[in-house]
Amino acid sequence: MVENATCNCACSEELTEEEMILQLDELIGEYQNKPGGLIPALQIVQSRFGYLPESVLKKISRDFGKPYSEVAGVVSFYSFFSTVPRGKNMVRVCLGTACYVRGGKEVLASVKKELGIDVGETTENRQFSLDVGRCFGACGLAPVIMVNDDVHQRVKPSKIGELLRAYAISEEGVTQ
Amino acid sequence: MRKLIINGKPIEAPDGATILDAAKHAGIRIPTLCFLENREPIGACRVCLVEVTGARTLLSACSTPVSEGMEVKTNSPRVRAARKQVVELLLSEHDGNCPVCDRNQDCELQNLASELGIREIAYEGEKAKARIDDSTPALVRDNSKCIKCRRCVTVCSEMQGVGALYPQGRGFDTMIGPAFTLDLDGVACVQCGQCAAICPVGAISEKSHIESVWKALEDPTKTVVVQTAPAIRAALGECFDCEPGTLVTGKMTTALRELGFDAVFDTDFAADLTIMEEGTELLTRLKKALVDGEEVPLPMFTSCSPGWINFAEYYYPQFLPNLSTCKSPQQMFGAVAKTYYAQKIGVKPDDLIVVSVMPCTAKKFECGREEMNDSGARDVDYVLTTREIGRMIKEAGIDFMSLEDSKMDAPMGLSSGAADIFANTGGVMEAALRTAYEIVTGRSLPMENLHVKPVAGLEGIKEASIKIEGAVSDWSFLEGVTVNVAVAHGLGNARRLLERIKNGEKSYHFVEIMTCPGGCIGGGGQPRFTDDSVRLKRINAIYAEDEGKTVRKSHENEAVQQLYKEFLGAPLGEKSHHLLHTHYHEKDVV
Ligand code: SF4
Ligand code: SF4
Ligand code: SF4
Ligand code: FES
Repeated sequence: MVENATCNCACSEELTEEEMILQLDELIGEYQNKPGGLIPALQIVQSRFGYLPESVLKKISRDFGKPYSEVAGVVSFYSFFSTVPRGKNMVRVCLGTACYVRGGKEVLASVKKELGIDVGETTENRQFSLDVGRCFGACGLAPVIMVNDDVHQRVKPSKIGELLRAYAISEEGVTQ
Repeated sequence: MRKLIINGKPIEAPDGATILDAAKHAGIRIPTLCFLENREPIGACRVCLVEVTGARTLLSACSTPVSEGMEVKTNSPRVRAARKQVVELLLSEHDGNCPVCDRNQDCELQNLASELGIREIAYEGEKAKARIDDSTPALVRDNSKCIKCRRCVTVCSEMQGVGALYPQGRGFDTMIGPAFTLDLDGVACVQCGQCAAICPVGAISEKSHIESVWKALEDPTKTVVVQTAPAIRAALGECFDCEPGTLVTGKMTTALRELGFDAVFDTDFAADLTIMEEGTELLTRLKKALVDGEEVPLPMFTSCSPGWINFAEYYYPQFLPNLSTCKSPQQMFGAVAKTYYAQKIGVKPDDLIVVSVMPCTAKKFECGREEMNDSGARDVDYVLTTREIGRMIKEAGIDFMSLEDSKMDAPMGLSSGAADIFANTGGVMEAALRTAYEIVTGRSLPMENLHVKPVAGLEGIKEASIKIEGAVSDWSFLEGVTVNVAVAHGLGNARRLLERIKNGEKSYHFVEIMTCPGGCIGGGGQPRFTDDSVRLKRINAIYAEDEGKTVRKSHENEAVQQLYKEFLGAPLGEKSHHLLHTHYHEKDVV
C-alpha cells in the first residue's frame, strides 16, 4: 500500500455543503437565466469546490429551473465533473485496445490494490482518485497510465507502487 | 416546392421538407425508430438511411432536407444491407427474449427485424446490465431493453415539460433514465406514462395488475365490479386490429362479463357525478367572488387527471387552492361503489373489489394515494390499462370481434353523453358548461349540438367566452357576466398556460387541464402507437358516442339523481364532501 503522511493541505479549509450552497448565488447567479448557462455554471462550481455534491446539484437544478435529471445528465456526460471529492492526484489507466492486450488490465488491478480503491473512487486521505480511459495516444508504448498530466509508458504492474509513492511524496514536498 | 425523384418516381415536396416527409407524402414507407412527428429529428437510430445520388454516405431520411433534383433510393441493396446492419447491432446489444416480453407482437424493434428479414445476428454485442426499476406505482423500467432512441426523453421534456428522463453518462454506458442512476421515484415524475406509450420496445411499461385481477375474479368470497373510463371504448378495438376510432362499447361490455366481473359499470356514471359536484363548486366560488366579495381562488382548475395533480403538487403549489376539490371520476366511482352500491347489494365494503379500466398509468398511482380510502376501504383496488384489459381478453381466449354487443349494468352503468366526452381534451369543460349554463339560465347551452367548438380539437391551448343572459333568479348575479374558460392538454401546454395566468397576462374563471395530449384518448395506457391522426380518430369516435345518447347532460342522468336522493343528499353536501372531495399537498421537486 502507498503510505501517506496525513494530509495537511486544503482539506482543513474544506467547505461544508451548506457553506457551498451559500456561495452559489454569488458564484453563478448571473448564469441562471442565460440560455446555455448551465454548463459554464457547473464548471465554475466544479473548479471552485473540486466536486459537485448532490445537495449543490439539486440547488442548481432548482435555481436554474432545469430538471434534476438533465443536470445529472450533463454532469455525468463530461468527465471534467465529479460528484465526489477527487484526490489531489488523478490516476487514469488506459484500457484502449493496445493497452488492454498488452497488460492494461493487470496494471489496473495493481493500481487498485496499491490504492485500495475501485475505479471512480478516491482514497480516504484524498491523495488519489482512480479512473480508466480509452487511449491516451501513446499506443506504441503500451500499457500506459496517466497521473495528472504525466504520461507513464510501458508500466509494469510490479512497479506501480513505487511510481505512485513518488506522487504522494512530491505532493508533501518532502524528499526522503 | 422542390422536384425530386424517389425510387424513380417524380415527386414534389415543399421547401424544408425532409426526405422522410416527401416519401411519406408519396406513399413510400421508410422505416424509422427515433423519429417523432412534430419534433426536431434526433437522428439517433440510423434506421431511416437512404441512398442519395452523389452523396458519399447513406443519409438519414428523417433529418435530411430535400433539394431540387435530388435522386433518392429508399430500397436499394446498399440501403437494405445498411439498415439490416443497424438493426442487427441494436439487437446484439439488446437483452430481450421476445416470447416472454411485455411487448411481444407489439414491438417496433421486433417488427423491424421481421420486416428487414433478419434471421441471425452477426454480432455478439456487450449487453447492458438489466436493472429493473419498479420504484413507482405506475411504471416498470428495464434498461437492458432500451435501444437509446431517446423518444421518451423528448416526450417527457418537450411534450410534458417534466424532464424526468435524460441520457445519463456517455458512450456505450449511456443510460436513458432519471438523474445518475436514481430510480424514477427519485425524481419529479408525474406517472403519466407518455414515455411508456412512446417507447418502441419493452423498456418502459405499466406496472401490471393483471395477476391480482385474475386472482380476485377467482375468489368466491369477493364481489368484483369493473368500471371503464370513457376513453377505452374508442381505443380498445385497436388491440384487436380495428381501425383507430372504432367504437367497441358493446363488445367491451360483453367481454368484461365473460371475464367474470359480477357487474360491468361505467366511469361515465361518476363523470356525470363529477359534473354535479364540480359545477356546483364552480358556481359557489363565482358567487363568493361576485356577490359576497370573498377572496376565492380563481380560476378553478379541473382535477380529474392525476398526472396533472402530481404536476401541480410538484411544480405549481401556489395553484393548489385553485384545484377543484373533486376527486377524479375513477375515485368517486370507487367511493360510491363501496358505500352506496355495497349497501344496496348487501356486501361488506371489504368484500367488494373495484377494478378500473383506464387509458392511464397515473390512475394506478392515484388509487394508491392515502387520501383515497374514504369509503373505509381502499376505494379502487386495481387499475388496468387499455392494453392490459386487451391482453386479459386475449388470455381468456375470447374472440373479441365476434362478440355480441351488450349494455352496462344499472345503476352505475348509466350515463349521459356529457360523460363520454370526458375522454377528449375540452370535454370536461364542455360537459361542465352544458350543466352549469342550464342551472344558471334554465336553458340549454346555446351552441350547435351542445358542442363548445372553440375548446375542441388538438390545438394545445384553447379559450372560449360565454356570456350569461337570462339568468334565473337564484343566479341573477351572473346576469351579463362573461365567463372565460381555457383548456390545455399535454403538460407542456399546461405549463405555458399556467405561466400566462401566473404573470397576469390572462385571467379565467375555469380552466380544464388534461395530462395527456388529446386528453384521455391519448393516455399513457392506450394501445400503441398514438400519433395525432390516431388521436383525432378517437376524439371523433367519442363525440359520436355522445351524440348517439338520448341523455346528453350530466344533470339529466337519472341514476345520478337517484344517488343524490337516496344517499348523498345534495352536491357539496356533507356526505359528498366526505366521500367525493379531497385535498392536495405540495411535493419537493428534488
Ligand atoms: S423489446 Fe421487442 S425485441 Fe426486445 S424482447 Fe421485447 S419484443 Fe423482443
Ligand atoms: S411517466 Fe410521464 S413524467 Fe414520468 S418519466 Fe414518463 S413521461 Fe416523464
Ligand atoms: S426507454 Fe424506450 S423510448 Fe426511451 S430511449 Fe429507451 S428505447 Fe427509447
Ligand atoms: S429515424 Fe432517422 S435517425 Fe432515427
